[in-house]
Amino acid sequence: MIYKNKIKHIVVWAMVLIMALPLFLSPMQAAAETSHAGKKVPAYDQKYYSRFKGKDVEINVYNWGEYLSTGEDGLMDINAEFEKLTGIKVNYSNYETNEGMYAKLKSGANSYDVIFPSDYMISRLIQEKMIQPLNYDNIPNFKYIGKEFLYPAYDPKNLYSVPYMWGRVCIIYNKKLIGHEIHSVDELWNAKYADKILMFKNSRDAFALALEKLGYDINTENRKELDQAAELLKQQKPLVQAYVMDQIFDKMQRNEALIAPYYIGDYYIMKEVNPDLEAFIPQNTNIYYDAMCIPSDSAHKEAAEMYINFLNEPQVAADNAAFIMYSSPNSEAVKLLDDEIREDKNLYPPKEELKNTQAFVNLSEETNLYVDQLWTDVLSQDDAYLDWVMPVFVLFSVLVLLINSIRKRRKKEMNNAGRRKNDK
Amino acid sequence: MKWYSKTYIGVFLAFLYLPIMILIIFSFNDTKGRTFTGFTIKWFVQLFHDAAALDALWTTIVVALVSSVIATVMGTAAAIGLEKMDTKLKAVVMNLTYIPIINPEIITGVSFMLLFVTAKKWLATMGIDFQFGWATLILAHITFNVPYVILNVLPKLRQLDQSLVEAAMDLGCNPMQAFLKVTIHEIKSGIVAGFLMSLTFSMDDFVVSYFTTGAKHQTLSVMIYAMTKKRISPEINALSTVIFIAVLAVLVTVNLLERRNEKRLKQGSLKWKGGAAR
Repeated sequence: MIYKNKIKHIVVWAMVLIMALPLFLSPMQAAAETSHAGKKVPAYDQKYYSRFKGKDVEINVYNWGEYLSTGEDGLMDINAEFEKLTGIKVNYSNYETNEGMYAKLKSGANSYDVIFPSDYMISRLIQEKMIQPLNYDNIPNFKYIGKEFLYPAYDPKNLYSVPYMWGRVCIIYNKKLIGHEIHSVDELWNAKYADKILMFKNSRDAFALALEKLGYDINTENRKELDQAAELLKQQKPLVQAYVMDQIFDKMQRNEALIAPYYIGDYYIMKEVNPDLEAFIPQNTNIYYDAMCIPSDSAHKEAAEMYINFLNEPQVAADNAAFIMYSSPNSEAVKLLDDEIREDKNLYPPKEELKNTQAFVNLSEETNLYVDQLWTDVLSQDDAYLDWVMPVFVLFSVLVLLINSIRKRRKKEMNNAGRRKNDK
Repeated sequence: MKWYSKTYIGVFLAFLYLPIMILIIFSFNDTKGRTFTGFTIKWFVQLFHDAAALDALWTTIVVALVSSVIATVMGTAAAIGLEKMDTKLKAVVMNLTYIPIINPEIITGVSFMLLFVTAKKWLATMGIDFQFGWATLILAHITFNVPYVILNVLPKLRQLDQSLVEAAMDLGCNPMQAFLKVTIHEIKSGIVAGFLMSLTFSMDDFVVSYFTTGAKHQTLSVMIYAMTKKRISPEINALSTVIFIAVLAVLVTVNLLERRNEKRLKQGSLKWKGGAAR
């Protein structure tokens, strides 16, 4: 028994050591500064950035998860850098969908100072007066934004937003296992890859693919066209292995699935792990923009504008683009990127290649609801067994309740009878 | 132990612990995929540099601890009160107690949000600036934790031999002393179980936290859920590893201490009922 105790002690000590490891290691890791060899980077404008020093200003930043460089792989820890430079504290929290962010904003629970909505959501927020016009004098780095990103469809007067990242939806496939190149969206409906196809989990992206296949506008409000798209998705369902978002990475990397639509920037992250993967971008694919906006109830508009400006410092934007791997609209930042990224036609294509791409616009409330209904219908379609499981389950529950209550009553009567006997 | 019961237990434990083991293994993987390519500790190093992740961890732990402690005190008091109620009233209150457990979390979360938003607006008219944050998170967590404590403590109270309490009073205890020296000891395992359950539920909770969290802090679950558009960073694996080992260390220490106590008690040939919670 004594040696058992010894083992226990050793185990406990080992655990303590393992837990303490990171503490020993953290000082050893020197903060690696990225040096863009030979490329000139303008210095920060100290005078501009020190306006709020010592004034205890805090801003609430609300961003997508994993959508800002936090100091991985020797890239910049952007929020820490901003705090050091300006003395403004950044409260950083995350959301997972445009709709989730919108709901949170609409509820009035919290006031945020900077948000990162996508194109169609921006037009909706403008319509509902939930974001405010920006003062571009406070965002001098706006000059770095490429011309093709000015006056976008979602913000035609360019009053409310500064572009953050953009990209296109592509079709990622495993060239080695499929054995040939892929040149069409139709392949997502190819029965050859049954059970090896992945599909978007969100309705907007999934419907966009079906509408592209049909050759319709991805923003159609025509019910007939939407019904046809839903029909296509229903046909596809038996072939689909799973409707996923982040699991796409793992499933594609480990050859569990062979073909999946996703965002082109993320394809490179997958390819790093699995070199057999290739991507194909359809001509009429969905192009998306995420931009920075300031909600109407922001308490620190100027500090928020400073933050937006900082994210457009070429060095900051370059590190951020390298971390996220989406395309940056900041032309100075693009110059600082590694050649292989900068010259990649998928990430930074020539203009004519974007001619036929389609951006989402905000749909009417009715259409949104209709699409969601159709989508629910698609996802719950093969659950025919539900038709009889539910009634059976309900009947079963009622029966159990009945039997139980009868038993209870009997018990009571028995007890009462017993008591009466005792009382006598 | 027959061979088949051994196999059964082995398979059962494998189901429980293999996923955690795999998660731990991959927190030492030097690429981001799920194929093991080499050993590294860089994720741990990065985790300790990632202010956002550490803040989320801190928030999660504080909210879990504070809400569990308060919920345990409230739940225990409520259980004792319930025990003394007359049957009709007790049935009503018990059914009310079940509601937070039966209610879908999303409804609980949304209704909390609406309640706090209303409170916020109402306080704003009186010139009080009320923000979502620690208070809203902890209040919501206390609310869904209390029923679990009540349900853990009530059975113990039913088992409690009332004559013990009466005996203590006969021997000169005032009611308070009797409660502290006898009742608490007898129901201790229920209280501890309720506390641990609250702690677990609070750490796990995503839906309610999502709707009641403020702009300054977020819990781990909210942070991880938000990563699902891109990809969950291996830092989270590292963090889970740290949490798992910390919990394991606590459990091992508690067990070792208990062993010692038991030995001491045996030597002192003292025996008292109601060991620690299992």
